[in-house]
Amino acid sequence: MTPQIAPDDILSVQNISKRFDVSEPFLNRVLERRPRRILTAVNDISFDVPRGKTFAVVGESGCGKSTVARLLMGLHTPSAGAIRFEGTDITHMPPGNPPELRRRMQMIFQDPYASLNPRWRVRDIIGEPLKNFGICKTRAEVTREVEKLLSQVGLIPADAKKFPHEFSGGQRQRLSIARALTTRPELLICDEPTSALDVSVQSQILNLMKDLQDEFNMSYIFISHDLAVVWYMADVLAVMYLGKIVEVGPKEQIFENPQHPYTRLLMETVPKLTVGGTERAPVAGEVPNPISPPPGCSFHPRCPLANDTCRSVAPALNLRAGGQKSACHAADEGRLPAWLRLAAE
Amino acid sequence: MSLLELDNIVVEFPTRRGPLEAVKGLSLDLDEGEILGLVGESGAGKSITGAAITGLIEPPGLIRSGEVRLRGARIDNLPPEKMRRIRGKEIGAIFQDPLTSLNPVYTVGEQLIDTMRVHLGFDHKAARQRAIDWLAEVGIPAPEARLDQYPHQFSGGMRQRVVIALALCAEPKLIIADEPTTALDVSVQAQILALLKRLCRENGTAVVLVTHDMGVIAETADRVAVMYAGRLVEIGDVKQVIEEPLHPYTRGLMASIPQIGNRDRRLTQIEGAMPGLRNPAPGCAFAPRCPRAMEHCHSLRPAPQDAGTGQVACHLYGETA
Amino acid sequence: MSNFMPMLYAFWDSDITYSFRKSRVAVISALVLLAMFLTAIFAPSLAPQNPFDIAELDLFDSELPPFWVEGGSTAYLLGTDTQARDVLSSIMHGMRISLLVGFASVILAAVMGVTLGLLGGFLGGIVDAVLMRIADVLLSFPPILVALLINGVLRGALPSSAQAESALIVLILSIGLTNWVQYARTVRGSTMVERRKEYIEAARTLGTGKVAIMMKHILPNVLGPVLVIATINLGMAVLTEATLSFLGVGMPPTQPSLGTLIQIGNEFLFSGIWWVVVFPAAALAILVLAVNLLGDWLRDALNPKLR
Repeated sequence: MTPQIAPDDILSVQNISKRFDVSEPFLNRVLERRPRRILTAVNDISFDVPRGKTFAVVGESGCGKSTVARLLMGLHTPSAGAIRFEGTDITHMPPGNPPELRRRMQMIFQDPYASLNPRWRVRDIIGEPLKNFGICKTRAEVTREVEKLLSQVGLIPADAKKFPHEFSGGQRQRLSIARALTTRPELLICDEPTSALDVSVQSQILNLMKDLQDEFNMSYIFISHDLAVVWYMADVLAVMYLGKIVEVGPKEQIFENPQHPYTRLLMETVPKLTVGGTERAPVAGEVPNPISPPPGCSFHPRCPLANDTCRSVAPALNLRAGGQKSACHAADEGRLPAWLRLAAE
Repeated sequence: MSLLELDNIVVEFPTRRGPLEAVKGLSLDLDEGEILGLVGESGAGKSITGAAITGLIEPPGLIRSGEVRLRGARIDNLPPEKMRRIRGKEIGAIFQDPLTSLNPVYTVGEQLIDTMRVHLGFDHKAARQRAIDWLAEVGIPAPEARLDQYPHQFSGGMRQRVVIALALCAEPKLIIADEPTTALDVSVQAQILALLKRLCRENGTAVVLVTHDMGVIAETADRVAVMYAGRLVEIGDVKQVIEEPLHPYTRGLMASIPQIGNRDRRLTQIEGAMPGLRNPAPGCAFAPRCPRAMEHCHSLRPAPQDAGTGQVACHLYGETA
Repeated sequence: MSNFMPMLYAFWDSDITYSFRKSRVAVISALVLLAMFLTAIFAPSLAPQNPFDIAELDLFDSELPPFWVEGGSTAYLLGTDTQARDVLSSIMHGMRISLLVGFASVILAAVMGVTLGLLGGFLGGIVDAVLMRIADVLLSFPPILVALLINGVLRGALPSSAQAESALIVLILSIGLTNWVQYARTVRGSTMVERRKEYIEAARTLGTGKVAIMMKHILPNVLGPVLVIATINLGMAVLTEATLSFLGVGMPPTQPSLGTLIQIGNEFLFSGIWWVVVFPAAALAILVLAVNLLGDWLRDALNPKLR
């Protein structure tokens, strides 16, 4: 990994890892002679987020994508590695600190029902960062700003007096977006922002997010498990499996010619809206337990191309002809079969 | 005769501000061995329709009027004890969370064996052998060893396989599957759907597949019923509903699904949101959001009428057009 | 002030008041309690006699039975004791002390328990471990034993001359320090659930400090169960006070609580003057029953699963 940061990257992540101690309490461990259990949620990953673009992270549950979001926001402290925002090292900064830097990056959460305090009014929910970061000094200023933000996300000023339970899921996600916009962030981290919503509402929120990105020239880190949504939102795409990035590169290249069997698996399992003849290929196996990941390439137990090298040596993330990087021995050795173009243009 | 008939059922939840109608008069029927997809957004009433069939509407909710008939016999007015028998023997149920269908204190084998002994009259030895066969059938490796394990020892996908085995082992004629793959990862979803489809085809079991996911419907169902605000807006063959939907709501819904390869800069969106259950409007519930709404759409509720391969409830079709 | 009426209406129309209006048990218990609270508060002016004023006592009127029994007098509705004190007046004053001890100790226990539970649940680690082990130890003794112990220690620490005046404080402390555990455990549990929710993570990323998160975000969301425990605990506290007083380590006979009255009356039970013990005991039972019934209703009303 090159330590230098390209000037057009807003965020740079170098070799971060996060290990969680999920052992039982000390007393139980001693009495029952159980070993410590360590879950490696994020395992030595690096990526750069280009300014004004959308960097998407895709993967199944438990692959570590939400942990990445929390590491970036300072909600977790990385076990190793470094995070730089606009060239400043924020690896060990607590969330919200330093304020002048943290206000430039904000986050939208997955669950619109859990991410808003049920006992607070909208005015106070959206007003909280305005006061914390000293953006508004007086109550009248806060009210004016909150009303402006509400109309920016498609709600009405009168909604400021309501409580979260008076809104639908989609409207709540709009509230979350309004709260994140209070500080005029340059980087917005979106952790599955539409996975709890119905499709017709999802398209409203995704369109809104695209419009806001253009209006305020924001960079997005967009985390999702849905490749179709990622296709729509992403400029750059990283595919994660068991805490590792297995493939990363420009969206078009990855969708046109995926260079990792796991990416291909994900693409094959996207439900298609045509009837007959194009059923999803049922893929064998499930994601292994991240506490005891398989040796070598962690995807080898589910991989049709696995050989002895795959079972013993972890592959490196190498540059492919299409412009993306992938971590696959089969691709290194030229054993990866040709990919049949997936979607009709 | 159809296997299952819903005849104008109304499901109501009494509250202190008056009753809320979650399902407002819904009729459909299902043939033997047919897979019917029931789609709609959250709050459309699709899960409650499923619960009305299995008699599992949570009190104080109730079926206010209408009939549910299984092979011509009413089952919506049966006493709970009889309904429980029907639920094991005639109707199987699969839910989103496999843990709601599995008892955590019994092994998977005990639950399968018990079900078959009660409903099929097998003796213990025969039931055990069938249970092993069933686990193998739903794709669980080393079924003999897994038989004596508890539900928590299985992964999410494996648990849903066990639930499918449990729902099918009493050889019911009908399965109600309520979002059976929503809690699972995409790569596992496809496995479970393929399994469910294959087994139901082999055993001639009919399925009501309740889901919000059109992709799941497209690859699994024979016919689709689309619900909106407690009513059926469109029903027809899966190919027609997915590829040439008639109702403006279904069209909007299909168009708003992001598709890989689509290069439009904006997704198609349906403005607004589904109306709540309180204060229903007199006309078509979709009229306020409908791009093709006419004046009488706001005052006159469209009745379902024959169109395409099934029925559609919209003034754009039929003699009121 | 302009939106006071709509607020009042919203309160009257809220789910909890609706559930209250629909529950006959809750309404009756609340009315009984209200009557008892008012009697206790205004006892000095309501009571027909001041049982602590020796000048008002007339020894000729001692050991009079209730007015409906032969020999009773309507001047002393529930009779008099061996000192010629009016039993009704004694009960009214006794209830005042019982309720004062009850409320004060519940507030002490709740404030202490909520604070410690919030700290333990939010901070976790060593703070949490130490607090919860102390809680475990306290819970492994019968509460009355713990109260007796604390009571004994506090009394021992005080000069004997100060004991009579400080009896009230000692009682409040010993009951309050016994009962905080329940609050702490409940609040700790809810805090641990709440602090993992996304709105807490959101607040952290928005620069809200730890203290503000605890006080403004978590506290309002964990107070529901505290209200239920506090209500039920009021009955418990009144009973504990009565027990301690009955055992002779509570309120002195010069400032009798309901428990003290029962203890005094108990000595004369077999001499036939039953009214001296039966009426204070009945008052105590009705008080505790009403509190408990109200607490049961509140628990059900606040439990979303039962609604």
